Formats: sequence, C-alpha cells, structure tokens
Amino acid sequence: MEVGILAYGGYIPQSRLQRSEIAKAHSWFNPGLMGLAKGERAMANWDEDSVTMAVEAARDCLSEYDRSDISAVYMASTSFPFMDRQNAGIVADALNLSTSLQTLDFASSQRAGSAGLATALQVAKGGSGPILFTAAEKRQTKAASPLEFTSGDGAAAFLVGQGKIIARLLGSHTEAVDFVDHFRGEGEAYDYNWEERWIRDEGYLKIVPSAISALLSETGVKAEDITTFCFPVAARGVAGMLAKKLGIPESAVADNLQANCGETGTAHSMVMLSLALENSKPGDKILVASFGQGSDALLFEVTEEIKSLSPRKGVAGYLARRYAETNYSKFLAFHNLVKLERGIRAETDKKTGLTTLYRNKGMTQAMIGGQCSQCGTAQFPKSNMCVNENCGAIGTQEDYPFAERISKVNSYTADRLTYSPDPPAYYGMIQFEEGGRLMSDFTDISPETDIQVGMPMRMMFRIKDYDDKRGFRRYFWKAAPADASNKGE
Amino acid sequence: MASGIKDKVAIIGMGCSKFGERWNDNAEDLMIEAYVEALEDAGIEKSQIEAAWLGTAIEEEHVGKSAVPLSMALRLPNIPVTRVENYCASGSEAFRGAVYAVASGACDIALALGVEKLKDTGYGGLPQRNRGSVNDLFWANASAPGSFAQLASAYSAKHGVNKDDMKRAMAHISVKSHDNGSRNPKAHLRNKINEEKVMNAPMIAEPLGLFDCCGVSDGSACAIVTTPEIAKSLGKKDLITVKALQLSASNGTEAQHNSWDGSYFVTTRAAANRAYKEAGITKPRDQISMFEVHDCFSITELVTMEDLFISEEGNAVNDVMNGFYDADGKVPCQIDGGLKCFGHPIGASGLRMIYEMYLQMQGRAGERQRKEEPVFGMTHNLGGFPHQNVCSITIVGKEGA
Repeated sequence: MEVGILAYGGYIPQSRLQRSEIAKAHSWFNPGLMGLAKGERAMANWDEDSVTMAVEAARDCLSEYDRSDISAVYMASTSFPFMDRQNAGIVADALNLSTSLQTLDFASSQRAGSAGLATALQVAKGGSGPILFTAAEKRQTKAASPLEFTSGDGAAAFLVGQGKIIARLLGSHTEAVDFVDHFRGEGEAYDYNWEERWIRDEGYLKIVPSAISALLSETGVKAEDITTFCFPVAARGVAGMLAKKLGIPESAVADNLQANCGETGTAHSMVMLSLALENSKPGDKILVASFGQGSDALLFEVTEEIKSLSPRKGVAGYLARRYAETNYSKFLAFHNLVKLERGIRAETDKKTGLTTLYRNKGMTQAMIGGQCSQCGTAQFPKSNMCVNENCGAIGTQEDYPFAERISKVNSYTADRLTYSPDPPAYYGMIQFEEGGRLMSDFTDISPETDIQVGMPMRMMFRIKDYDDKRGFRRYFWKAAPADASNKGE
Repeated sequence: MASGIKDKVAIIGMGCSKFGERWNDNAEDLMIEAYVEALEDAGIEKSQIEAAWLGTAIEEEHVGKSAVPLSMALRLPNIPVTRVENYCASGSEAFRGAVYAVASGACDIALALGVEKLKDTGYGGLPQRNRGSVNDLFWANASAPGSFAQLASAYSAKHGVNKDDMKRAMAHISVKSHDNGSRNPKAHLRNKINEEKVMNAPMIAEPLGLFDCCGVSDGSACAIVTTPEIAKSLGKKDLITVKALQLSASNGTEAQHNSWDGSYFVTTRAAANRAYKEAGITKPRDQISMFEVHDCFSITELVTMEDLFISEEGNAVNDVMNGFYDADGKVPCQIDGGLKCFGHPIGASGLRMIYEMYLQMQGRAGERQRKEEPVFGMTHNLGGFPHQNVCSITIVGKEGA
C-alpha cells in the first residue's frame, strides 16, 4: 500500500514584527544588522508557544475530518514548553482525541520536523490509522542576534497515512552528519552559532546535495522533473545554489518566506511543504530537504485527490491574517529580554493544582462542556445540574465540545487594571450560536480590531497563565475575532 | 406564610469610622472607632450585647479568618460571634444576621459590624487575587471595573444609547457623588469635580475612566439592634425599624444560559420585588425617600436604578441627566457620597449605607441633611460580577410607616 499525506494545515501568528524596528534599536551596536532590516517576521502572541501553534495548525489540517480514527500524534520542535511532559499529548488533548493513541515528541535538531514527518510516513506504511504530525517553533533568540531577525514563529501539520492521499511519498533519504553549525547545551536558553560562510560551503552545499542525490537515485526521479523544491534555511540564495548544483529547475525553488514570515526553525521545512501543497496541482513533484546535523530529503507526488480536499486557511491564509507590529519593545517584553516593571499585581501566584487540572482536563484543555439530554440546553462548564431554569435535571449532562463552535460577543471591555502581559486585557461575554456562553478572555485583538457587540468569535487554544515560580503553564481556550472563513458560512 | 421582617426590629445605635486611607490604623482600630460611636448612640452597656456578627470580605489582607478578630478587638464577653462573607454584601449580611437573631427571639440585643482594611496592598484598586482553584483554570482575567464596564456595552447595544450619551450620564453620576461627598466629613473623597474631568480621565476598563470607579478605602461601620419594645423601654423615641431584608444570589443563569443579555442585574430585580412586597411598598418611585445603592462604578448605579424599578427600563440616562437622583432632586441617591466618595471598605459598605439612612431619618446628617423628612430609605449592595453575583437589599424606615 502506498502512503502519503492525507491533509495539510498551517498556522502563522498574526503579529508581524517589522525588522526595521529591530535594526533601529540595535544598529548602534552592530551596524551590520542594517543589512537584515528588510521585511517582517512572524511574532507569537504572549500566550502562544509551540504547543498552541501546533494545535492551531492541526485544527487547520483536520478541518472537517473525523478525528476518531487518528492513531498517533507526533510533534516536532526545538522549543517545547515542557522538557518532561509529553508535548504531543497536550496537542492531542486540545484536539479532544481518544486516549487510545500513540504520542511522541521529536526534538533536539533543526531536522526534527522533517525527521518526524519521515518517521510518521514510515509508521503509516505499517497500516495503522492516520497519524497526525505537527511541527511548531517559537525560538528564543538573543536581542541583536541575526537569528532574531531571520527567525519567525509558526507551525504546520499533516495527516499522513493510506487511502485518499493527496501527495504520495515517492521516497525519503537521510544523511546523518554531526556537523555542529550551532548548538544549545543543557540549561542554556540561546543558541551558540559558528561562522555562516563555513556553514554554507561545508554544510548546506555539501551535506544536502548528498541526501537529495541519494533520494533521486533511489526513486528514479530526474532533478529536472521537480516542480517545487522546499529548502528552509534563511541564508540568502542557498536554495538557488543547491538547485543549480543538482539540476533542479530554477523555477522550482520555493520562496523561503524570509520577507513575510521568517524561518520557523525546525518547523520551517514543514511550513514550506504545507504551502507548496496549497499551491500545487495533481502530478506536481515536491522535494523538501532540511538541514541539521545532516539532512533529510523527502519527495512527494501530488495526486488528483487534492482537488477534493475541503477548504482550509493554510499557511497562505494565516500569512494574510496579519497585523504589522512596529513596537519592538513588546517583542522584548514577551521574550523576557528586558527586565520590565510589571507591577505588584503581577505577583499573584499562578500555581495549578495538578489534581485540580487532571480532574478538569476535559473542561480546560479540550473545552468540553455539557448538554442536557432532557432539554437539550448546552452549558459551559459541564455540571451535574442543568442550568436551564425550566429544567434543572440532575445527572443528564453529556459531553459537548465547544472548541470548534462560533460565538458572538454579548459584552466586552478593555481592562487596564488587571495584570496582563499585553495590556489592556480584552475579555467579555461570548454566546455560542447553538447555546452556551462564557465570560472569556479574548486574544489576538490588534489595534486594528473594532470590537462590537454581536461580532463573531472563534475559540483558540492559548496559554492562560504562566507559573514562573514552578516553570509550569496552564492552557485554556480564548475567543479571537473570527473571519469569513471561520463563520461556518 | 411568612410575615416578613417589617417593624420587628429597631436600630438603636449606629457608628461609622472615617473612611479613607487609614495608613496608621489596623482593622482593629477601625472596628473600635465604629463600635464606640454605636454603643454611645445606643446608650447601652457592652454586657447587654448578646450576639455579634462580623462582615468582612477580603480577610486575607487584614484580620484573617473567623469571628475571633471582632471578639478580640471589642473584648466581647465570650458571646456568640459569627463572621460572614458574601462579596460586597458582607456588611449587609452581618446586619441580616443580627436582625434575624433579634426577630427570632434568640437574643434581645445584637451587634453587626463590618470592616475592611484594603490599603495594605501597595497599589490602587482592589487586591489582585485568585478566585478558587477550579475557577482559576477558566475564568477570564477579569477585574472589578472590567466586569462592570461590560454593562455599558450591553446596555448601549440594547437601548440604542450612543457611547457619548452613555459616558456623559455616567459622568453626571460621579459629579453628583463628589458634590455629595464634599459635604460629608467622614467621606474618603471630598473634592468636587466636573463632567469634563470625568470624561477626560485615564481609562481603567473601557468605557470606565478613573472617575467612574469608586474609592478603595479602609473603614468600619456598626449597628446595634433590638426589638421595638425593648428600644422603647430603653427610652428610644421615633424608632427606625427594619422594613425589608432581601438577598438574591445568581444561580448560573447569567453566566451560563443565553437568556440574559448582560445589560441588567437579574438578582437586583428579584431582590427588589421581594423587598417592596416585604415592606408593603407598592409605588417605589413615589414612596422611597432616598437610596444608597452599590455605585462601585457609575454604570452600576445607572443600571441599578432601573433594576430597582425607579427609572423605567431604558430611561435611567434621562432621569440621571434631569437631576432626579441629585441631592436636591426628587429621590436622592448617594446623598452621603456613596461608594464613589464616602468610600468602599467592602465589609463595612452595607452598614455604612444604613448608617446614612439612620442619620437622615433622625435629622443628624449635618450639612448634607435632606430637607424633606425621609420615611423609607433603601440600601443596595451588589457583590461579585454582573454575570454572577449577590445582591442584598435593605429597607429601613419610620416605625409604623
């Protein structure tokens, strides 16, 4: 049986930090940074991390897909929020998947994204149910580092398996080479980088061609037949040099999204693949290669099935959902790169009782509410007594997931008194069209958002609170403005 | 069929500390200040008090748990003392406990005292605090102003009032309370302001600016109650009696059921209906002489005047702008400055409102004394959030009225 990709999805946070603003702040120290001052980079909101972005990409990927037959969830990142607590498991929980599931994290390399996808495809060959693979990155970078300019935050997701595949796997090849161009040791927050020219000449231009050449010879596909070549590194012109060296048509070289997104770390080869699929037509041959202590190369052929894939936002859709952020200070604050006076209100202990969390996991992580089997009233949270005053039945609540439902704003405010990492804190009463409501935090309210009573909102999985004392964070769902593609129209 | 509380209990003594930033006083000092005034006013001995209730809400900021802090502060002789907490209705709850004890015949004379010491947090506004281990998992990151501010957006949308008219009416409410507070020597805020100052103040939670929010204060208030018969035997004349005591708590309908539109208080309407019935009041707009309502925010006062059935729904903006609730208007509201300017030491607030009614009915309100003799006075507390709260209503008045 052939295996391949059944569906794809993507997610890019809506804020795009203008690189000129970073350069303005640091060029006094390093004038060379002015050379990187073009375009914009995707910037995660304060309440986003690689897990929340992976969830969004997965929701985009799964769209209307019946989630019940998913057999595994894999996640790749080098910026996992948890070192010991399976991050893929949080993603699976947020997606309200069954517990009869294999979950696994791929880490420790800029190649983790492509390696994770290759592994998922290999496992799927064994005939398991579809595997959800996600890759996400929110890199920590030092202020004034080139990486701060060239990186971006984002995620991609793929459903892989057998059956109605939209892109069949023609083959994959990995070269494992312990070429240390950068590293991040135990307990370190930031990468340590070696000289770029060496990385280009001895790394990209030697190791990647070995992987691709081996793949092409194994699959019998000619370089000139490649329709799209995805190579994720930010360094200028490298993908073109590789294409020229390998005989891949210049026109096949995919945009590495430096201008409008930035390199999303280990997720970037996957983000580029997701976008390539979005732009593809049946018969296209998509080659994706990565770099990180070696190179993975994967080759796909797009099938007729892609035409019947349900519409999704995709990387392109999320790139279009954009707000130009010109406040670099906000980026510094979000990443704790400045010692900000947050006020005494910020001192409140955000300890989470792990027993409390586990007992209420369905409510908080999957946003499962209840529906009364007697009167049909939906409510959040679920409780053992129906909220409908004309019913009040006891023990009639059935699980009722709210996460994918659209709501409308009943009332709202912008609060400058309560502590928020990004004041004002927006929140309000949202009312779900099919019943149920919640006084909900809002997120992704940009200065361009005109909040109105009646405005449609869509739930997003976000960080509710950081517990800096204990290194924990708790997640919940927040309401964000819905756009036309979310309104269920 | 219950006969209600009307005329079963009389107030014989009241006291209230100066409200404000009492940097050099502990909660115990404030309690004693209110108690001494009340005891002198009642003209009784400490040994005649048979039971006491303490109302305080954010006890972790000052006295800690239980009723022991009251018993120790006042050196009460090992009588029953109970601490109650019900958000901003805590003071009214202490009063309810004492009144019901007397009405039941369980004791002859009872004391209710409310206190709050909020100015030990290091910042303005109410203390930022957790809401309970499960609630913290999903409740919005809401402050008090942010919660109440939403009344404005829902009210404007429902009644088609534009943002400017709304903001102007809210400003009028705050200007009026500052005028009233300027005539009250015990008030926290005694400066006069004008509408422009309110409209241009820094935003706290849209659309509430700084002057739409009440003061956060330290303070204490105290009441001593007994039966009308005992009051008379103590030589008291022209008794002020309790006419109604009502409480209403949200049951989750506003927070979880789509039948509520966010523009009014479900609990206030329920409690007001029951209170008027208990007091035998049929035309509240004509019969209630004055109000002390829970003006934690200007918008709360505006909406509440409809929920108490004084302004018709959608018409509070007009009544406010026409001066109906001003000190010299038809029915004054917050003649002592209200929470806005007298201040809001949470546990004391309900008792402070009754204190003002008590003074006004005895003609002892000094510079702010209402000329028309008050007959019925209504107080109202709203604790929590518009979407889940506790509302308490007390009506006091002349005996036999």
